[in-house]
Amino acid sequence: MTAFFTGLADQFYNSIIDKDYWQMLLQGLVATIEIALCATVIGIVLGFLVAMIRSTCEMNLRGKKSRSFGDVILKVLDKICGIYITVIRGTPVLVQLMIMYYIVFASSRNGMLAAILSFGINSGAYVAEIVRGGIMSIDKGQFEASRSLGFDYKRTMILVILPQAFKNVLPALGNEFIVLLKETSVAGYVAIMELTYMANLIISRTYNAFFPLIIIAIIYLVLVVILSFFLKKLERRLRNSDH
Amino acid sequence: MTTNDVLIKVENLHKYFGDLEVLRGIDLEIKKGDVIVLIGASGSGKSTFLRCLNRLEEPTDGKIYFEGVDITDPKTDINLHRQKMGMVFQQFNLFPHMTVLKNMTLAPIRLLKQSKAEAEANAMRLLERVGLADRAYSYPSQLSGGQKQRVAIVRALCMNPDVLLFDEPTSALDPEMVGEVLDVMKSLAKDGMTMAVVTHEMGFAREVGTNVIFIDEGVIVEQGAPETFFDNPESPRLRDFLSKVL
Repeated sequence: MTAFFTGLADQFYNSIIDKDYWQMLLQGLVATIEIALCATVIGIVLGFLVAMIRSTCEMNLRGKKSRSFGDVILKVLDKICGIYITVIRGTPVLVQLMIMYYIVFASSRNGMLAAILSFGINSGAYVAEIVRGGIMSIDKGQFEASRSLGFDYKRTMILVILPQAFKNVLPALGNEFIVLLKETSVAGYVAIMELTYMANLIISRTYNAFFPLIIIAIIYLVLVVILSFFLKKLERRLRNSDH
Repeated sequence: MTTNDVLIKVENLHKYFGDLEVLRGIDLEIKKGDVIVLIGASGSGKSTFLRCLNRLEEPTDGKIYFEGVDITDPKTDINLHRQKMGMVFQQFNLFPHMTVLKNMTLAPIRLLKQSKAEAEANAMRLLERVGLADRAYSYPSQLSGGQKQRVAIVRALCMNPDVLLFDEPTSALDPEMVGEVLDVMKSLAKDGMTMAVVTHEMGFAREVGTNVIFIDEGVIVEQGAPETFFDNPESPRLRDFLSKVL
């Protein structure tokens, strides 16, 4: 029994403490968080933008016969957004990442930027559909009440529709960000030194998989638990109007 | 009579939903202080007509003049004119994520550029008038249907509108709450507020209406002062309708 524990302690020392391997994991953790955070921001901005374009088109142009120049532009933007969502949701994120790294960033090989952009663009497509669903789920009467007070379309969206929609889609958005955080673990494929890549690196040097894998699993778990905690808190704060 | 008294003038209004012609040429004048009551069977087009007045429905053809301005002209800024036309909906449509007070002060602060204090003082005065001052900091989900509708009415009043449009304001209410909403509307009418009301409340039409209008199949079939309208209806269709609802 003692031999088993001393064996474990040796393994832990060899995989984590020795040669400052833990610093590699720390470095990987920082990269993972950096990618996830930046990609989330891109995803939110892109997703809301696309959702606004699509729902504006859906609400204002459906069944409308005469079209102004602005309407035509909106229609074209809507089509582009539709293609964006179809392509991004229809291909694996790893393939998108490799295209970004090996083709788009072929000359610079800036892995970090390629990863942030890939995951951000990928997340944007999912966020867009979540938010659009949230906007369309708001009762039409809310829209009409705001317009009847004299608010224009834009202010109706910002003051009345989006706050309600955001509250409704927050659980789904949170889910998307949790998925995104964990998905960054494939970035190692293009030699980005994130958490999983670092664990793999340690394994290839020490020929021992146990501690590096268990420890990064725990790190991911803790990150997700922390993220969930803050999302819950935000949800509870936004819910104060339904009693 | 001078034309200055005419607040809303509708000329030959047509509205199609796809191939279905819902409004088939409606002409109407609403003067300051009028209480126009629109009645008719469901699907007759009365709600659509009301919603055309502030262009929540886009009229297909015809003209609507509001305070002398043709608001069907695409070049007019409809948002400006809507500030002067309050609307009250069947489903109340209060903003659920805001308190009663915030519901009422949102538009005056943002659109009329009132100060927060000014808008809130005005809102509280109106809430007191409808007996809901103690609910100022409640959320809509905490109110009964009748209370919600009274809030919806005073929310519209906060914009100091020149006319109030009511789209079946009591149809979604439990029977015991209809009275409290009608009382508010009656007191508004007494104060000289111009109103256009789509309703099934014949008692209200008779008591408060200055002009009752019967719409059927997208046209005005008959209109008149409530006494003659209800006691001596001319057209067979109106007689038939009244026999069913009275």
